[in-house]
Amino acid sequence: MEAIRIENLTKKYKDVVAVDNLSLTILKGELFSLLGVNGAGKTTTIKMLSCLTKADSGDAFLNGKSITTEADAVKSIIAVSPQETAVAPNLTVRENLELICGIYGFPKEKTNQKVAEQIRLLGLDSVINKKAAKLSGGYKRRLSIALALISEPEILFLDEPTLGLDVLARADLWDIIRALKGKITIILTTHYMEEAEALSSRIAIMKSGKLLICDTAEKIKEYAKTENFEEAFVRIVRGEAI
Amino acid sequence: MKMLAFMGRNTKELLRDPINLAFGLGFPLALIFLLSAIQANIPVSLFEIQHLSPGIAVFGLSFLTLFSATIISKDRTSAFLQRLYTTPMKPLDFILGYTLPIIPIAVLQSIVCYVAAIILGLKMNVNILLSVIFIIPSALLYIALGLLCGSLFNDKQVGGICGALLTNLSAWLSGIWFDIELVGGTFKTIADLLPFIHTVEMQRAILNGNFTKALPHLWWVLGYGITFLVVAVFFFIRQMKKQ
Repeated sequence: MEAIRIENLTKKYKDVVAVDNLSLTILKGELFSLLGVNGAGKTTTIKMLSCLTKADSGDAFLNGKSITTEADAVKSIIAVSPQETAVAPNLTVRENLELICGIYGFPKEKTNQKVAEQIRLLGLDSVINKKAAKLSGGYKRRLSIALALISEPEILFLDEPTLGLDVLARADLWDIIRALKGKITIILTTHYMEEAEALSSRIAIMKSGKLLICDTAEKIKEYAKTENFEEAFVRIVRGEAI
Repeated sequence: MKMLAFMGRNTKELLRDPINLAFGLGFPLALIFLLSAIQANIPVSLFEIQHLSPGIAVFGLSFLTLFSATIISKDRTSAFLQRLYTTPMKPLDFILGYTLPIIPIAVLQSIVCYVAAIILGLKMNVNILLSVIFIIPSALLYIALGLLCGSLFNDKQVGGICGALLTNLSAWLSGIWFDIELVGGTFKTIADLLPFIHTVEMQRAILNGNFTKALPHLWWVLGYGITFLVVAVFFFIRQMKKQ
């Protein structure tokens, strides 16, 4: 069953075509990765899908709701964890989580239940009363994802979730993301090839706003005639894969 | 509900920043005590407590512009606002959520200022209470300026524009530190056309019980306040759509 259907989505910034006639389908419960070099159009695609940027033409349907005509309905079923950690620095971890519950209008009982759930899921118990500004990079990322998950989204956008993290923090976050796989639909953008390969159900590679390929990591490697996913990515982006 | 949750967050962010407390409350208090000490040694009519305290109460408001601009610009640059734009929050929730928490801080700031003035010899009467109430239109003007600067500039620019330029403009063109009549000419014309002197003169007139004199200044303050607010809302929504 499809979670996202993108139909000929296009976005131009002056003379630059950031996303060019993009069409693809993402299934419910999939962990779908968007890959591409800088300027490929990944972030613009996510911004259009999360109703932050208006498309110039085309449309996308998130669980059947149009991003062009039903933005409020789309916003009620999605959550975004931006590239920057995007937390309230002088609020504690608990207060940050309670803030999002307040914005979604959860009653007190549900708020307490959801906060406890996210603390357990993201392993935030040791820092629950710490101000967000004082957290390490890894914990800030966990909090960022917890803030996105607490609103019970059907579709979650993770924009470079492990950017700048050390190896251990990244491995911890991978475990958390893996645990979410199948429960909600996740769209992930990353520059780390091994991350996309390890986590994704399917991967789309973009260049200059265009979709080059969309398949499983194995099929992409087969297509590029290599055993190494990073090499496959390079070949496809350079246009060397036949 | 959404707006209340956001308001609560902004109040905590503002009150938990030690720099805000130091500048918002500490600096005006230090000024009032320092200038009163100077006045005690070298009497200057401008620094008599009846004349000085309304000016200091208004000068403290210029820091509110810095506070509101800083929190908005930091929320923009840290992508916290981008996160909230993908929630069901509406533009009005953001604008009221940023504006309303600063009003009680402005009232508290002016109460602290007048309490200090009473300690330094200001006669206690009902006009002090009215001065505190009528600080609200001036506070709205300064908060709207903060909303405008926060929507237009990043946090580094806000530090320069609101922290340095605006506090200086507000100090030089308000008649708090020297009598603008004595400078006269173009300087006085410019000062009269800008809102800063009117915010101070309104406070002085109310504290002295001269409400007829306060009224024309109130129209200036309200006129500028509403204009700044409308422009600020326009630019806030514009940057929201730009996201």
